[in-house]
Amino acid sequence: MNPVLRRILTRWAPLWSALGLFAAWELACRAFGIPEYVLPTPSASFAAAWTFREAIWMHAAQTLATTLAGFALAVVFGVVLGVLVGSSRAAYTALNPLLIGFNSVPKVAVVPVLVMWFGIGTVPAVITAFLISFFPIVVNVATGLATLEPELRDVLRSLGATRADILLKVGFPRALPFFFASLKVAVTLAFVGSVMSETVASNLGVGYLMMSASSRFNMALVFAGLLVIAAMGIAMYELFSVVERRSTRWAHRGTEGG
Amino acid sequence: MSAAFVELDRVTLRYGQGDTLALSETTLKIGRGEFIAVVGPSGCGKSSLLKLVSGLMPPSSGGVAVAGSEVRGPLKIVGMAFQNPTLLPWRTTLANVMLPLEIVQPHRGRLRANRREYEDQARRILAGVGLAGFEDKFPWQLSGGMQQRASLCRALIHEPQLLMLDEPFGALDAFTREELWAILQSLWMERPFTVVLVTHDLREAAFLADTIYVMSKRPGRIVHLRRNPLARPRTLETTFTPEFTELVHELRNHISAVRAAEEEAP
Ligand SMILES: Nc1ncnc2c1ncn2[C@@H]1O[C@H](COP(=O)(O)OP(=O)(O)OP(=O)(O)O)[C@@H](O)[C@H]1O
Ligand SMILES: [Mg+2]
Repeated sequence: MNPVLRRILTRWAPLWSALGLFAAWELACRAFGIPEYVLPTPSASFAAAWTFREAIWMHAAQTLATTLAGFALAVVFGVVLGVLVGSSRAAYTALNPLLIGFNSVPKVAVVPVLVMWFGIGTVPAVITAFLISFFPIVVNVATGLATLEPELRDVLRSLGATRADILLKVGFPRALPFFFASLKVAVTLAFVGSVMSETVASNLGVGYLMMSASSRFNMALVFAGLLVIAAMGIAMYELFSVVERRSTRWAHRGTEGG
Repeated sequence: MSAAFVELDRVTLRYGQGDTLALSETTLKIGRGEFIAVVGPSGCGKSSLLKLVSGLMPPSSGGVAVAGSEVRGPLKIVGMAFQNPTLLPWRTTLANVMLPLEIVQPHRGRLRANRREYEDQARRILAGVGLAGFEDKFPWQLSGGMQQRASLCRALIHEPQLLMLDEPFGALDAFTREELWAILQSLWMERPFTVVLVTHDLREAAFLADTIYVMSKRPGRIVHLRRNPLARPRTLETTFTPEFTELVHELRNHISAVRAAEEEAP
């Protein structure tokens, strides 16, 4: 194949696959005559997104803000807990079953409780985003610390380093790639949490917008909402991928030239 | 020799629940400023011996004393080059070499104020082993032998009283290796520190050490002690003298005897 063409193809591969998906979706809807209140075509969804752009903009901003707030809390708690669990055998034994049990609880079931405590609106959405996204951060940070090679630890120990020194000089740098990898996953989970809470208990946010649109049988707007959430998720994931690659180049040396 | 700097008294080391005996009843005394070499077949417990002396592992029985006191945990006066280079992959070569300065006093307290001086010192020592120009490269951008040399620099930078070298020249070509022998010898002659060198290379032991210990197959024990009669400084010429050749020959015979014993054993 022509190398220039090939470069264009691989460079924009995600765009081509997205376009392909939309095209197939559009064609299927038209070919099988699927009514719009069952599955709207992508063109109808984009048209709805354009028509309701102001409302969508406002609700998307709300969702983004609650998601990031919950995510920020998750990062802080996740790192603190992860360091605790990863660097102390006792803390691991004590906390691990609790954490697993906690993560197994469906967060949808928690939202009504949060509403009882905090009322409907932003606060339960932030907390749900936090609850759902902090687990992968804890697990990854703890794994990064706990799987430190004994050889690297010995390098520090042979110099008479304290536990704090070891954590600072090899523990944290070694756990950093694990941490950044978890951020990518956690931020997309945070969207799941906030939107879930908004659909149940809010009058703001993309989740609420989709709920009210579906009660008015405006399926095109529901799908416009879904597309907006997906786009925000992709954007955040990519953002943290870039941060990850920048800050932990040594761990990705195999995949990059030079 | 009551003034021994390092003293092992009938030390036994067992890994796990008693099945792997790495060292048995090892006794040895190293004087302050002495350069010793330990040779022996693979798996006989040489690396384990170094870890015991530096306090990284406690002995299963027997006593280890350094500078007159019982070793209870990792010592603060050692510099150690492990059998693998064990450089930290997220640090440049220069930063790796400077790691001990961030941990060991008094350098630790002075590093921030005198960073420039310390950096120059690290660059000098890197240049000494032929790594000038690689200060800002990461370990994975260096060859295996270059990583070993960097790891040697890291063991030396804080001028430790006790230097532990585990096959530090194993991955080097013969020429570079002999060059580094001379460099290590002159460092040691300038400012005597105690060195424990583990090696497979009998010529290396004969070139560098004052005293050479031959260990038996696993479980390791010291089976032979040989004082090195060759005068210092030893040069490349020394390695061609009959005395040198004879010494290497003698060591080789001891190793062969040890290995033959291995074959007879069930
Ligand atoms: N971490 C460990 N756990 C269990 N057994 C070990 C461990 N490290 C070493 N051993 C065992 O102890 C014995 C001595 O190992 P050691 O690494 O000290 O040998 P060595 O003399 O340095 O060998 P080489 O010359 O090949 O480096 C070996 O038989 C090995 O199987
Ligand atoms: Mg070894």
